[in-house]
Amino acid sequence: MMSGEKSNTVLAWLDERLPVTSFWKEHLAGYYAPKNFNFLYFFGSLALLVLVIQIVTGIFLAMHYKPDANLAFDSVEYIMRDVSWGWLIRYMHSTGASLFFVVVYLHMFRGLFYGSFKKPRELVWLFGMFIFLLLMAEAFMGYLLPWGQMSYWGAQVIISLFGAIPVVGEQLALLIRGDYVVADATLNRFFALHVSAIPLALLGLVVFHLAALHTVGSNNPDGVEIKSDKDENGIPRDGIPLHPYYTVKDLFVVSVFLLVFSFIIFYTPEVGGYFLEHPNFEPANPMKTPEHIAPVWYFTPFYSILRAIPDKLGGVVAMGASIAVLFLLPWLDRCPVKSIRYRSRTFKLSLVLLVVAFIGLGILGTKPVTVTTTLLARLFSGIYFLFFIALPFYSRAEKTLPLPERLRAPVIPLAERHGLLWDCIRYLLQGVQSCEAYRRAEAEVSGLCQKLKQTCCKSKP
Amino acid sequence: MTDQSVDTSKRWFLTKTASVMGALGTALAAAPFVASLQPSLKAQAAGAPIEVDLSKLESGQKITVMWRGKPVWVLRRSSEALKSLGRVEDKLRDPGSDESDQPPGAKNETRSLKPEILVALAVCTHLGCAPTYRPELAPADLGPDWMGGFFCPCHGSRFDLAGRVYKGVPAPKNLDIPPHHYLSDTRLLIGLNEGGA
Repeated sequence: MMSGEKSNTVLAWLDERLPVTSFWKEHLAGYYAPKNFNFLYFFGSLALLVLVIQIVTGIFLAMHYKPDANLAFDSVEYIMRDVSWGWLIRYMHSTGASLFFVVVYLHMFRGLFYGSFKKPRELVWLFGMFIFLLLMAEAFMGYLLPWGQMSYWGAQVIISLFGAIPVVGEQLALLIRGDYVVADATLNRFFALHVSAIPLALLGLVVFHLAALHTVGSNNPDGVEIKSDKDENGIPRDGIPLHPYYTVKDLFVVSVFLLVFSFIIFYTPEVGGYFLEHPNFEPANPMKTPEHIAPVWYFTPFYSILRAIPDKLGGVVAMGASIAVLFLLPWLDRCPVKSIRYRSRTFKLSLVLLVVAFIGLGILGTKPVTVTTTLLARLFSGIYFLFFIALPFYSRAEKTLPLPERLRAPVIPLAERHGLLWDCIRYLLQGVQSCEAYRRAEAEVSGLCQKLKQTCCKSKP
Repeated sequence: MTDQSVDTSKRWFLTKTASVMGALGTALAAAPFVASLQPSLKAQAAGAPIEVDLSKLESGQKITVMWRGKPVWVLRRSSEALKSLGRVEDKLRDPGSDESDQPPGAKNETRSLKPEILVALAVCTHLGCAPTYRPELAPADLGPDWMGGFFCPCHGSRFDLAGRVYKGVPAPKNLDIPPHHYLSDTRLLIGLNEGGA
């Protein structure tokens, strides 16, 4: 009782000076989110978690790292071998970088899937895109710091991209490098940008991203605004407070994420040369380009588009355009219906093609150039751009399904789904379920569950 | 306190002039920061010419030397290699080197001062990778028409044995030929043309 009163007076004292309670209400306990979020909605909070991991591990790495062309490579090896637990901190940082992009790409896909970029969430999308752009810059600059072969030549290639810009290009590339080639000056300034300027800007943009989101409210798998149906207290009928309902779910997802994260760090931190490329274990050598040069996996889709065009300026323009069109998405898609659940077959098919093209470009970007890969890369680049070119035309007069009055389930059960595709899946599933092996496995699993319940649960069945 | 009305046009003028002056001041204050990004005096001074001894360079052999932080090839081409230059001409983007960078004395078919010695910057004109020297004829990965030359592993740009770029590859122009001249028959100076230009 006493302590409760005391904490109340402390809170009151604070509230007079700082908006503690109102912030808590507005953004957590009183922020109403749609009740039907599914697993695609966890990647936003996961991105925030990874950002925190990157900042914390980054601070500790910066205490041992030396941003000097003569010392950088050795200082990274020093962190790996001689600093207590340095290897763990470094692998957390390098794995975190890759997983950041996994999470962000899935987060962006969710936006496309359920139309979260559309009115009134255009600014949420734009701030998100700027975060994505800065994230790419942050990752690129961070990749130079170990001063390995891939660091060096990757930076050489990407900075030369700016040189392709007419008139000012060469001067701009010189300004970025601070020398006539990638050199100590480049490393030193990339370090400064990587550890201070860009993270600061990122944090600021995250605040804007969330502020814009909390102003308009979250979208949901049905793409129906929950604010349009409020009860007598002004609370959305289909909304639940972010805290504790979603914070608790997020906590579970965080534990799953950390499981994956730890598995990678402890068992396969290089992920077969995809998270940490093999040539980067060799110190930078300005005399020799690695036989096969490829960026880290998260840049490969855009890199493939660059390689697909047999013209220097054309390639750079195409690559820039492939990112720029994403910014325009809220204005390219003219269909008022948000969620893919109620959109036309044309859109569904286009989205499937876009995803296939994006992943295809990503895979091709890791491979050396041959006639076949160039041809495929051109095909996929064409599909990628066609999605954005065709979108404004067909989305204007799309045949959409009627929207529901209230929100439906987070994931529509299979039994309620219609169409040839779902009939096929149902048929296949029936086939699987009727085979002997499946029944035996099911019996095995249910027996195991029963045993677990009997040994662990307090209330015996 | 007076009940005189506010002269808004004066306010408008003051706000605008103050804003313009503020913007001007910010731009002026930003200038030193932008200028600091440019190559330092030390980096600018590190570009002295270098001397290369050619007496041990055999036919078909290529050595790589550093000049201004960039690799430079010195290659002694065989007579067969020189003959191949004429045969690939129709497949090249800029066979006459009209849009490429080289000293005036090297604007010819062999792109060199002496026909057999090629001095070229080993920096792909596409995105700055170092191309590889591939003198062999028709290797499996480069196709049956390959007459020997340079291949950039980054984005597949191809150059002939004179550093001239093929058509249909991303590199826009021939490899740069740095300024250079011969001090004697076997001594080459990279970084300065004849007469110091």
